[in-house]
Amino acid sequence: MSASTTSGTGRHADAAVREPVLEIKNLSVDYGFGQDPTHVLRQVSLTLNRGEVLGLAGESGCGKSTLAYAATRLLPPPGLITGGEVVLTDRSGERRDILTMSDAQLRASRWQDVAIVFQGAMNSLNPVFRIGRQIADAIAAHTPGIRKKQALDRAAELLDMVGISPDRLSAFPHQLSGGMRQRVMIAMALALEPQVLIMDEPTTALDVVMQRQIVEQIAELRERLGFSVVFITHDVSLLIEIADRIAIMYAGEIVEDAAAQDVYRRPRHPYSRGLLRSFPPLRGPRRELTGIAGSPPDLRLLPTGCTFTPRCGFSTPECSRIHPELGPTAFAGAEPDRRVACILHGDVGTLPPELAER
Amino acid sequence: MTSSDPHPHDGDSSQDPGTPVLEAQALRKYFPVRGGRGAVVHAVEDVDLRLHRGEVLALVGESGSGKSTIARLLAQLMPATEGRLLLHGSDATVRGRRAFRRYVRRVQMIFQDPFASLNPVHTVRYTLSRSLRIHRGRLRGPALEQALTELLDRVQLRPPERYVDAFPHELSGGQRQRVAIARALAAEPEVLLADEPISMLDVSIRLGILNLLQDLRTRLDIGILYITHDIASARYFADRTMVMYAGRVVETGDSEAVTQDPKHPYTQLLVRSAPDPDGMEDRALGARGEAPSLVTPPSGCRFHPRCPFAVDLCRTEVPPLLEVGAARTAACWGYAERADRPSLGSILETYGGHRAAAATSTPAGATAAGKDQR
Ligand SMILES: Nc1ncnc2c1ncn2[C@@H]1O[C@H](COP(=O)(O)OP(=O)(O)OP(=O)(O)O)[C@@H](O)[C@H]1O
Ligand SMILES: Nc1ncnc2c1ncn2[C@@H]1O[C@H](COP(=O)(O)OP(=O)(O)O)[C@@H](O)[C@H]1O
Ligand code: SF4
Ligand SMILES: [Mg+2]
Ligand SMILES: [Mg+2]
Repeated sequence: MSASTTSGTGRHADAAVREPVLEIKNLSVDYGFGQDPTHVLRQVSLTLNRGEVLGLAGESGCGKSTLAYAATRLLPPPGLITGGEVVLTDRSGERRDILTMSDAQLRASRWQDVAIVFQGAMNSLNPVFRIGRQIADAIAAHTPGIRKKQALDRAAELLDMVGISPDRLSAFPHQLSGGMRQRVMIAMALALEPQVLIMDEPTTALDVVMQRQIVEQIAELRERLGFSVVFITHDVSLLIEIADRIAIMYAGEIVEDAAAQDVYRRPRHPYSRGLLRSFPPLRGPRRELTGIAGSPPDLRLLPTGCTFTPRCGFSTPECSRIHPELGPTAFAGAEPDRRVACILHGDVGTLPPELAER
Repeated sequence: MTSSDPHPHDGDSSQDPGTPVLEAQALRKYFPVRGGRGAVVHAVEDVDLRLHRGEVLALVGESGSGKSTIARLLAQLMPATEGRLLLHGSDATVRGRRAFRRYVRRVQMIFQDPFASLNPVHTVRYTLSRSLRIHRGRLRGPALEQALTELLDRVQLRPPERYVDAFPHELSGGQRQRVAIARALAAEPEVLLADEPISMLDVSIRLGILNLLQDLRTRLDIGILYITHDIASARYFADRTMVMYAGRVVETGDSEAVTQDPKHPYTQLLVRSAPDPDGMEDRALGARGEAPSLVTPPSGCRFHPRCPFAVDLCRTEVPPLLEVGAARTAACWGYAERADRPSLGSILETYGGHRAAAATSTPAGATAAGKDQR
């Protein structure tokens, strides 16, 4: 989230060394026990590099929040992780699988290593307690032995950091606007200086002017404190601006993963292209756009082969037979950092020009 | 349908398009504050609005700016505190149920939430038949079937047989919104009031609904009030755009002009804050503050506590909508011919060098004037 979008520096995707901080490997999640669970996440692999802002985009119900919960082991029942690893590399270079940590290790790691701002979190502040106390309590819960006064001081510091005057410590949640409450949640998540901050739709409920302020604030904090970000939203056009890399999700799978500008200028997956063409541009020529025909599938009744086939304008008969894996694009040699899950990029058929922009 | 002649549309508002089908004059709505000892929410203040047949007018503004209140006033779902409503130039304020029903036939509303607006226990057939019966009298047998088929076809739910006996839960969000639109069309209305009709829908299907509405306005010559917080979609869909801030209209004009060359400082801030991958250089960064309380709205220009150009005049007198170009207006003193007017700079230049501004963390509380009194 390069604050300096103006200058174009700060974009960490260009950094020479890429050091993974969080690696999600083949993560699978089911909802529902018993005979007939829904396979909501299927073999999702995704890597967050140090210092990077990774955007996760996709429509409602595609599994973005499920991925965030599962990767932090906060998935409530009936959600069940059925396979995979989530490897965290800490600052000393030590690698640990979050999914196999003991409960004690997990408690120690949570908020220190990976912090999460939940979807709709700003509405989860307790209405009867002053926000200072709520932040201080959260700090105390994760910092054994801290004194009340110290925790409150830290709370004031955190509020100041997100641009809220510390004299608001004594405010009740209803006295703050949505944007301020969201900033309180971000302040809390940053309390223990995590390496990774996962934010699930942090600005979706806010107006664009407030969204812009929050997004700027996150960029500024990231530069100052040096954490990495997973930013979840359905708004791809926002991600193109703020993310270094974007992963596009469809029906429980990642279908494309590339640098933000590449996704924007040269989408390789038909769904990515359709999604981009679902947002009318604010400038440039006014032309008719169509969005994507049909609607997102019911995860309980997924089509065979590629799950996007029924809505895809480029599909071939092969598409409903072969399940495409996330792998190199047709230009693998020229773009080694991109991955796409579409058989048109393999040997099958020819790649339509719309998906072959150079 | 009463009028189905395709009306070649042109967005040039400099031509006199004749009497508006729906017009509001000096509309005002105050809501009492519960337990507020006479305090009121100044939700809508002095709003004038003209909608012509075959025209799409967008009402854009942030949450709480009064958009839905205007829609409900225009639908006469609640009485205005002050102001007049005109249908084809004559007074349209209804008294009594009969008059209301006659009005509703011509002015139909579509709501944001297609899940809440359809009754889950009724099939599409029931919902549409009922609306047909209310608005077009007793239709039965083949005539009813014919009308149902036509309605479903018109909202592109094809083939109609597949949808007519479905229950809402068997339909996707977009399909439900189409049924809600079909229900409104059953009345053969002249005006559709669409309050955020796509904001609850999946991203990929939103344009499908806007394109459908576009098709209806062209083919059926319906006037559409399109309410949205997404200014890019207003540019895509609407001929004219009105921007609201804190209960007042701050700018009006051709949608293209308003979005490409916004005049009011608030509109500028809005346009420069919206996600826009093609305009990443033109970002308003470092802006602070948020919408004011409507119980004690700021005096003068309601935007003055956040406006980087505000002067004394802005704090004391309410700026009227001033002409700022062909068929364009903006409610900002910067466009007045008076000596004590503010001199407007560019929002971009003011906020563009954001680094310095962002680093000195401004206490947001200081700028969010009046917010706490909510
Ligand atoms: N507790 C649950 N039981 C059963 N299914 C669930 C449960 N929670 C989520 N799901 C299903 O899992 C899928 C993914 O949900 P998830 O909340 O991860 O989506 P999302 O991408 O975050 O959507 P949104 O953009 O609406 O937040 C959806 O089909 C949803 O209906
Ligand atoms: N029934 C009501 N009672 C009291 N206040 C209301 C009522 N409806 C709306 N308001 C207030 O009026 C203002 C405008 O609201 P609304 O028209 O819903 O805005 P928008 O649709 O632009 O988000 C807000 O301050 C809102 O809280
Ligand atoms: S210059 Fe004055 S009138 Fe114009 S928007 Fe700013 S405060 Fe309002
Ligand atoms: Mg979610
Ligand atoms: Mg509303």
